[in-house]
Amino acid sequence: MNRPKTWLLLFVLLAAVCAWFQGAINPYYFDILIMIGINIVLGVSLNLVNGYTGQFSLGHAGFMAVGAYVSAAVTVLLGWGFVIGLLAGGLGAALAGFAVGVPSLRLKGDYLAIVTLGFGEIIRVLIQNTEAVGGSRGFSIPIRATGLFGTYLAAALTVYVVVLLVHSTYGRGFLTVRDDEIAAEAMGINTTKYKVIAFVVAAFFAGVAGGLYAHFKQFIHPEGFGFLRSVDIVVIVILGGMGNTPGVIAAAILLTILPEGLRALAAWEALPMAVRGIVQNRMILYSLLLIGLMLTRPQGLFSGGGKWMKRLKGRGAS
Amino acid sequence: MDETAEGKGRVMMPLLEIDRCTVQFGGLKAVSELNLSIRQGELVGLIGPNGAGKTTVFNLITGVYQPTEGGIRCEGASVAGRRPYQITARGIARTFQNIRLFGSLTVFDNVRAACNMHLRHGISHALWRGAAFVREEREVETMAEELLAIFHLDHLRDAECTSLPYGDQRRLEIVRALATRPKLLLLDEPAAGMNPTEKVELMRLIQFAQEKFRLAVLLVEHDMRVVMSICERIAVLDYGVKIAEGTPEEIRTDRRVIEAYLGE
Repeated sequence: MNRPKTWLLLFVLLAAVCAWFQGAINPYYFDILIMIGINIVLGVSLNLVNGYTGQFSLGHAGFMAVGAYVSAAVTVLLGWGFVIGLLAGGLGAALAGFAVGVPSLRLKGDYLAIVTLGFGEIIRVLIQNTEAVGGSRGFSIPIRATGLFGTYLAAALTVYVVVLLVHSTYGRGFLTVRDDEIAAEAMGINTTKYKVIAFVVAAFFAGVAGGLYAHFKQFIHPEGFGFLRSVDIVVIVILGGMGNTPGVIAAAILLTILPEGLRALAAWEALPMAVRGIVQNRMILYSLLLIGLMLTRPQGLFSGGGKWMKRLKGRGAS
Repeated sequence: MDETAEGKGRVMMPLLEIDRCTVQFGGLKAVSELNLSIRQGELVGLIGPNGAGKTTVFNLITGVYQPTEGGIRCEGASVAGRRPYQITARGIARTFQNIRLFGSLTVFDNVRAACNMHLRHGISHALWRGAAFVREEREVETMAEELLAIFHLDHLRDAECTSLPYGDQRRLEIVRALATRPKLLLLDEPAAGMNPTEKVELMRLIQFAQEKFRLAVLLVEHDMRVVMSICERIAVLDYGVKIAEGTPEEIRTDRRVIEAYLGE
């Protein structure tokens, strides 16, 4: 029964060992590795809302923005530590999640998507007009505090929380909300409570991801947390498979590497000029790949009741 | 009729009391001025032609619809205006006419999900997974397994619930409702789509569960023979109005009931 905790501990140790060699890693790869970790946090946390609970949110970048700016404000303006900054960012985002969730979660489907989208835009505009954090000029963070260890610790914790939450009698409530709200209520499950919890937990981790991002890029700008970033995260969830955490992790890795891989491919001189020409328009190719994947595997890359998933589910439960 | 029953010295408070309830959708009165009370441990049948408002009564009791007029009391306390989950928490569970299982969960998980309401431990225990959590999960598992065994579904434990045959899905709905540990169970055509042998078997099971868990049951069913054979009391609805109530014997010979079913 204590195996999940053992796994978490093992993973954290592994992350610590990897972080030991952080200095030896080529900065370009280092950048990709960190972004993979941040995208895992974002994707897995959004999956709790969009995948497991079945509420379509398009506002994850908004929560990420809250986390990024709150954590940066705490470390830069107040001069407090990085860890406190991250936690403050997470809590700030969770609070925003609560404030948005309570009134809007009575909406369903497209309507909820529109409300959350609107929320993301409000956050962006609010930040743009807040001079204390640089407004539309952006906000510089002098210290680069985010490292491999911190990022992957956050990723491991996100996975741990989401997976364990869902695989318990308590957490099965999330799945019942997605499957049939009326039946869930009839079985004594307070669907509103579950939706709000999913929203708040997801927002917390999005906030932490924002904090990590801010202290890694050392420069944040409101435009960086727009609608398109929310869509990027939704794409990770859909591609990985709604409600499929291993799939979402894989999708986060794949979608972070893919544009970079295409860049490398375009620079590869052994390829014929024509091919390189095509690959050079890598964002078009990237989009085409996404369309192709969705056409062939609409249930997500790694979904579909594989034996592997079943075994994992069974193990988490018993 | 209720007055006379109470006059005979039944001082026990009814488990459920529907007091002159009307449900109106625009110009249509789906249920009008309905009086119905159910005592502890009673098996009551609710019958009526198609569209008579039987499912509306279920939705009214479980809080899916709110009464336009009138009140509903559960063990003396008003439950009108409560959300469905709060009413379930008071001990009223139901099944659905058009099966509503949790499609992505297995048979076992469907039952376990319905134990959710009685959990003593919340989010922190699900994350920490200490001894208390393990004990509680075990309790839930044991209970779910027992219930599945009673309804002969234990061999399907790990099957996807959507892959089950129709009759099994209906029985699973009953098991799931029982997992909320109700005092009153509302069954909306539990035997629909079953063959006669399965029906008899199911009714036997319902009676067994009724005695074992000391349940009151409100049963909507089309098969007259079934209803007549197991219900202690039957209420008949037609166009949202209760046209008769009484023992199976009384209902069988009631002129208005025969009219409603066969026409004049």
